[in-house]
Parts: sequence; C-alpha cells; structure tokens
Amino acid sequence: MVLYDIRKNAYYDSVTLMLISKEIKQIEGVTEVLVGMGTELNKELSSNLGLGGEAIDGLSPNDFFIAAEVSDEQVMAEVVETVARLLTQKKASGDSVYRPVTLSAAKGMIPELNLAVVSIAGQYAEDEVDRLLEENIHVMLFSDNVSVEAEKKLKQKAVDRGLLMMGPDCGTAIINGIALAFANVVKRGPIGVIGASGTGTQEVTSLIDRLGSGVSQVIGTGGRDLKSDIGGLMMLQSFDALIADPETKVIVLISKPPAPEVAEKILKKVSETSKPVVVDFIGGDLEMIRKAGAIACISLEDTAYKAVAAANGKSADDFAGFEMSDSEVSKIVSQAISPLKPSQKFLRGLYTGGTLADEAMKLLGNQFGGIYSNIPLSPEYELENLNVTGKHTCLDLGEDQFTVGRPHPMIDPSTRTERMLKDIDESTAIVLMDVVIGYGSHENPAGEVADSVRKLKAKVGAPVVYVASITGTSGDPQGFESSKEQLEAEGVIVMPSNAQAVRLVGKMMHALAQKEA
Amino acid sequence: MSRINELFKQDLKVVNMGLESFYNDLKAQKVETIHMNWRPRAGGNPKMLALLKRLNTKK
Repeated sequence: MVLYDIRKNAYYDSVTLMLISKEIKQIEGVTEVLVGMGTELNKELSSNLGLGGEAIDGLSPNDFFIAAEVSDEQVMAEVVETVARLLTQKKASGDSVYRPVTLSAAKGMIPELNLAVVSIAGQYAEDEVDRLLEENIHVMLFSDNVSVEAEKKLKQKAVDRGLLMMGPDCGTAIINGIALAFANVVKRGPIGVIGASGTGTQEVTSLIDRLGSGVSQVIGTGGRDLKSDIGGLMMLQSFDALIADPETKVIVLISKPPAPEVAEKILKKVSETSKPVVVDFIGGDLEMIRKAGAIACISLEDTAYKAVAAANGKSADDFAGFEMSDSEVSKIVSQAISPLKPSQKFLRGLYTGGTLADEAMKLLGNQFGGIYSNIPLSPEYELENLNVTGKHTCLDLGEDQFTVGRPHPMIDPSTRTERMLKDIDESTAIVLMDVVIGYGSHENPAGEVADSVRKLKAKVGAPVVYVASITGTSGDPQGFESSKEQLEAEGVIVMPSNAQAVRLVGKMMHALAQKEA
Repeated sequence: MSRINELFKQDLKVVNMGLESFYNDLKAQKVETIHMNWRPRAGGNPKMLALLKRLNTKK
C-alpha cells in the first residue's frame, strides 16, 4: 500500500532529503519511498515510482512530503519517525544561530556581506541572484536549470557593476583562499585560475598544490560561459580582474573548446598583459592558442605543470609521460595484464567528474575501436540504454540520467557503487576511475570505492585491474594520503593524475591486444 | 578598480542560500557566514510570483 505523510510549509533542502530517502529505503517493509518537497519534478518522480496520487498533486514547492510503498501502517509509522529523527539530526549537526528568511534580515546580521553562494532550485535562482547583484554582492550560482537568457541578463548586470557572477552550474571556486562548494584545500600562491569546468579546475588546482606552488584566486564561470550565447562575459571580466591583481603572476584558463568568436575575444586579451597565460581548451586547437602568445596545454595535468613552471620563470615541454620510470611502468603493466583470462577484454571507465571522463576519452582516442559513453566524443559511440555489454565504455555518472532524485555521485557515491556491481564482470579487463575529494565531496569517496572493489573481488571470478587517480590535496578534509592508502589496500593502482591513469590504461590495453594476438 | 579586485582584498562575508552543507563547509574554514532559511517566494506559486515581480518592477 502507498501511504503519505504531508507537512505544509516546512522547507528542507533537496540534498538533505535525497540522502534521507536513501536511508529510509533500507527499512524492512519499505519497497519504494520518496521524501521531498512538492516540486513539479518530485511530483513527476513520485508518479514514475508508482507513488503518485491526489495527495501529492495538490502540493506546493513549500510543502514537505513522504510517499512510501509499505507493507503496513506500522512500517509507515516507523518511516515517519525515522525521517523526523534524521531531520533533527541534520539540524543538530548545524548550529543554533538564527537563520534569516530575507536578504535584508541577513544584511542586518552581517552588514558587509560581499559574497553569496546560491544553490536553490534553478527556477527561483534568477530573481534571487538579481536581487543580490542589485545589492552589489558577488555571486556564486551553483544551481543548474537556469535559462541561457537569464544567465546572459545576470552576467551583463554583473559586468556593468564590476561583480562576479560565477555560474549557473558553477561547482568550484576558491576566493581569497576559501574553498567554495566543490573545491580543494590548495596553498595560496601566484597562479590565478579561471575555469568553466568544475572538476577540470579541481584537477589543475590540486596538481598545482602537489607540485609545490599555489593559487591566488580560482574563479568559476559555469560551463556555458564560452558559448556564443553568453560570449565569455564572465571569463573576460575575471581575466581583467586577474590582470589587475598584484598577487597573480600567472593566469590559467580552463574550458572545453569555446565558440570560435569567443576564443578570439579571449585570446586577444592575452596580448593586453605581460603576465604569462596558460590555456587548456580541453581537446581544442593548440596552434590558435600559441599564435596568440599563450601557453597551450595537452591535458589538465600538463596545464598544472606549465603554470607552475611559468610561475618559476621557466618554460616547460609538453608533459605526456609518467612521473615514474619507464621500467616501473612496464613492470606495473605486465604484472596487471599477465593474470587476465582470455574472456577479459573490456575497459570500464566509471567517472564522477564529467571533465575527467571527457579527458580520458580524448587521451585514449580511437585506438581501441572506440569507447562508448553517455557523453561520447562522436555520436556513433552514444551508449544506448546504458547497456555496456561487449564494448569499451566510459561513463560520466554526474549526468542527468544517473542523478534524477539523487545527489551528484561526488556527494553520494552509491550511483557508482551500483554501476560497479552491475557493469563489472568476467568480460571486464580494466576499470578506470576518478576519486574527487575536497570540500563539497562525500566524507570518504576512496573508502566507498575500496568497499566496492572488495565486494567485486568476491563476486567476479576473474582478476580485474583497477586504476584510479585522486583529485585532491593533503590539506583536504578526507586527506590525499589516507584516500590513497585505502585504495591501495584493495590493490587499486593509484596514479598521480587522471592523465597518467589514462596513459597507464592505454599501455595496458595495448599489452592486452598483443597478448590476444 | 573593479569591485572584484576590492573583493580580493577583503575578508569574505558569505550568505548561503540553499544547500546547508556549503554553509557548514564555510564554517569549518572559519568564514563569517550566515545560512538563510530560504524558501520559494509566494509559496512557489508561479502566478503569484509573476504578480510580485510586476509589483517590484513598478516600484
């Protein structure tokens, strides 16, 4: 039977509720459950889960509900009680400071507010951000589902007022040494970064830290900034700010290949500064960047290497190899490949960071007969129905098809755990993964991967090879070293960067092909 | 000097609207911050929101 518990005018954030839904599902006697606010999305989701009904249809986005398919009323009572307990727990973990309902009340409490982090449902974001910009408050807009028109209007307003409007869909920034949303604890230093990709920016800044340098400011623009519609408004505005910033000695730009006219505008600015500019238009035209007088990069890792070299007044060659010696690499490859059974043929890339998945496919290229994906490099490799049988695959688990009604896999690793248990079998040779730590991420993503690997060892009767890289620093709450230890304890080969992990996998795939021949 | 360059010289004072975990992360970094008890205006009713918006623009 489907039962409901509804509370009018009780508001909780979506991630809290999604995590609670997950815990409630574990209760015996509960077949399906949705704990959420009465948004259109949740109404649709409850009907898809077979939990819909009049009780839900009439709700507003300010109404809280529990809809559950349970064996009897007693189980429902337990569900309601558990939800209440979990909600109180989440509240208790916070503090008892008064939470203002309006911006003017917030300003009454901290008069010099200078930055807002906004992660409310996308459809309400435009009005709220507009109001913040009116008050000359800089904005980081994490929310997605904001229209291009709204983005353009808000960014134009920010440009007119000399403000930051990072986003929408901006996941990563470090301002004045403070990590915002999904960002790592990176030492302060001479490198200023502007990134249109969250995990791309995390990888570059973490590697800058591990190479012994640091960042002045890390500004996010949101993924659409360099498309024609927006015209690079926020990257250009941030570029000017870093040119004028005395702490910034080197400027790094990270983005997927921009629209040509936007690339031209941005590269024109390179000539307006004497500061070295290091550019990674991931997989884009390198010659165009070099012609503009900027330093072109071949991977996120290469970007970090070149930025650190430039900060030390040096130039660096393309970094396309390994930190370890060739003989060490060969030894790892042959030790990993030799025990594989003839049935083990395929690669499974299982990524929580979209840009890292994209980089993996670009670095591996077409040499192994193409890699199928939900974010394929070309349409013929689009993965139909997410059926991975009989092909190499690389998935971005942060895409919408995996995240309906649940948090991003960097917050809730269970999406990847489920895919690992489903997709890895006797036909799998190599599994390639990212582990993104830092603020915003799950409290121990490496531990979750290690657990899954342990379970798979018992389940799959073949010696699968696991290769991973960790995006993060030793200063991160989860700790780089402790994350690495947990993975290595389960036999996962941990490489120093995504690029090196991918290159190692490339070598393994070649060795595997030779072994077959 | 743009307001962005002014921001680079100030201590961050952050208002958080939405996911509470972002507020907790800011507190952990000892940032002066405040979490708003944000909820959709006008109960999220699109008609009421449009009306409110018109009223505000007329002001």
